Amino acid sequence: MSEARRAIFAAIRERLARVDEAAADAAVRERLARPRAVLVPARARLEGEARIALFCAKAQAVGTEIVRIPDLAALRDAVSTSLRRHNLPSALVRAADPLLDAAALETEPLLEVRCDVPRETDAVGLTVALAGIAETGTVLLASAPERPTLLAFLPETSLVVLPTVRIAGSYEEAWATLRGLAGWPPRSVNLITGPSRTGDIPPAIELGAHGPKRLIVFLLDRPS
Amino acid sequence: MEPTSLAFRERATRALADPVLSTALARLETGWQAARARAAADLPEFEALRDAAVAIRDHALAHLDFYLEAFERRFTERGGVVHWARDAAEARAIVLELCRAARARTVTKSKSMVAEEIGLNAFLEAHGLRVIETDLGEYIVQLAGEVPSHLVGPAVHMTRERIAELFAKAHGGPPKQDSAALVAEARRVLRQRYLEADVGITGANFLIAETGSIVTVTNEGNAELTQGLPKLHIAITGIEKVVPTVEDAFVLLRLLARSATGQEFSAYTTFLTGPKRPDERDGPEAMHLVLLDNGRTRMLGGPMRAMLRCIRCGACMNHCPVYLAAGGHAYGWVYPGPMGSVLTPHFVGIEKSWPLPNASTFCGRCEEVCPVRIPLPGLMRLWREEAHRRGLAPPAARFGLALWAFFARRPPLYRFATRIAVALLGAFGRRRGRFARLPFARGWTESRDFPAPEGSTFTAQWRARRGTGR
Ligand code: SF4
Repeated sequence: MSEARRAIFAAIRERLARVDEAAADAAVRERLARPRAVLVPARARLEGEARIALFCAKAQAVGTEIVRIPDLAALRDAVSTSLRRHNLPSALVRAADPLLDAAALETEPLLEVRCDVPRETDAVGLTVALAGIAETGTVLLASAPERPTLLAFLPETSLVVLPTVRIAGSYEEAWATLRGLAGWPPRSVNLITGPSRTGDIPPAIELGAHGPKRLIVFLLDRPS
Repeated sequence: MEPTSLAFRERATRALADPVLSTALARLETGWQAARARAAADLPEFEALRDAAVAIRDHALAHLDFYLEAFERRFTERGGVVHWARDAAEARAIVLELCRAARARTVTKSKSMVAEEIGLNAFLEAHGLRVIETDLGEYIVQLAGEVPSHLVGPAVHMTRERIAELFAKAHGGPPKQDSAALVAEARRVLRQRYLEADVGITGANFLIAETGSIVTVTNEGNAELTQGLPKLHIAITGIEKVVPTVEDAFVLLRLLARSATGQEFSAYTTFLTGPKRPDERDGPEAMHLVLLDNGRTRMLGGPMRAMLRCIRCGACMNHCPVYLAAGGHAYGWVYPGPMGSVLTPHFVGIEKSWPLPNASTFCGRCEEVCPVRIPLPGLMRLWREEAHRRGLAPPAARFGLALWAFFARRPPLYRFATRIAVALLGAFGRRRGRFARLPFARGWTESRDFPAPEGSTFTAQWRARRGTGR
């Protein structure tokens, strides 16, 4: 244990000058053992289609594009169409997520698909969100061997598949769905709300400062 | 960084005569100030969230040792390494040692006020490392050889033309005219730097005791590239940043962007828990965290503890008439605005910074908008009293009047300040019928009384005027 660490903790205890250490210890243990939502805004308590509609409205308000698709078979076309609409090359690097494996993107002859960690030259990255958050139109991505984090940060266009059943009302609800995962919490959990933006060069907000210039979320109604 | 806060008055006066700076600062009023008001009005639970945030921060600070221990345990279990630094020199030495051990030559950095506080860039550069800021605003001030003038927008004081000149000089080619082209140019140049970097240094907005995670918040996505591309990630932050659980962090996160820029949520909020795991294909191989005291423990005892609740949102400066007139650089050290006027005397000593807590119009807007309800005017008063006890400051009235004089030279601010005065007169008058002491003009009122004017309070008038879109 370092000298600095000892000194800092001694200084904290001296300044706090708590009288009942046992009670303080118990309060901390209790709080850490049972994490609970403190205050969730009412707007996050919507259900069903109303919740999906709030997610879409909030996401679009910050510049996220939403494409709703009925099932996985529709993903191929939806992706190709989006890439064409933005004049992007028909090539992408994707996560090895089972959901994307099942979408059989590779069978689309005009689409070049690589399953990999993105490189600087990759223009488009495709990955899967573990949750959506309606209150601010946020997608929650979590790192895993099959889902490199950089897929949503390095390429200029970020494509994210989000099954509508995974849309939660609040951040807390979305986070709770991670709790069961092996190795919880994942190394990197990214809450993404719109494309990368900066206001550092006046007068306007510009998109694509470092992260993606474009964020397209494919809302998937029936994942299987 | 050597503080120049004693020259506040001179620098503020010069700032007032600078039309470019005035225009830049006026943008904060029409931009972030108005956006915050909208964001707060759009969320019915906003005030209740502020109360909850105060309770969370107070609880965490009252049990700081326990939560830091819990955090350290989890962070270490996940393969991270915690380093404790008592002061700036220790923190700098730890970071340098880590960079050397990694044989690093190039370091990318995402915005960290704690790194500014310890003067990290200059130190690493003096030891032969190449340091590149990646937050666009920080990158711009780095190119200019300046320091940030605002917590959230380091380059708010700069015009596009100036930025274009800086870019042309640094990257070659003719100066670009529009902001989109400038952003694209920075993106292209900084991409290369990310890929070359041996080490990525980030700050941390929060530490989560329950999970051993650190939280970063950006709009550009630069923290994720800074920490996600190089082999080594070093995070640096203050010991006060710990909160118990992720749920607690969400309360603070709901307030952070709304208070800062009026966004409902920043584009990127990332929870990082340890380095790359065995089967993962990206992520840094090692993750270190430097936890800095640098006088924070001294603030824990007594009323200054409230200052440690601060989540660095910048709302207090966006709403401060003194900051909006003087700009961030006048404050002469790392932290500007009302929060800087409270923090700077702690870090550099009141003898080197006494003008800052005196630079106040007593309007109370900072406390009104502070998401964690820090009583900033009250804490500034404590510093004024301390300065007075030590015989450092001239009588407050003299300084207040000088300040008044410089507001009077700026009509919009003069109007603002006049409204403050009316409010003060009204408020004091109601209590006593007459004005016994006017903070701005003590010398004058000592010998006579002011009749109390009629009229609504400052806040009411302010709201009414904002409402009519003045
Ligand atoms: S003092 Fe309050 S308003 Fe100012 S930066 Fe800190 S949290 Fe924000």
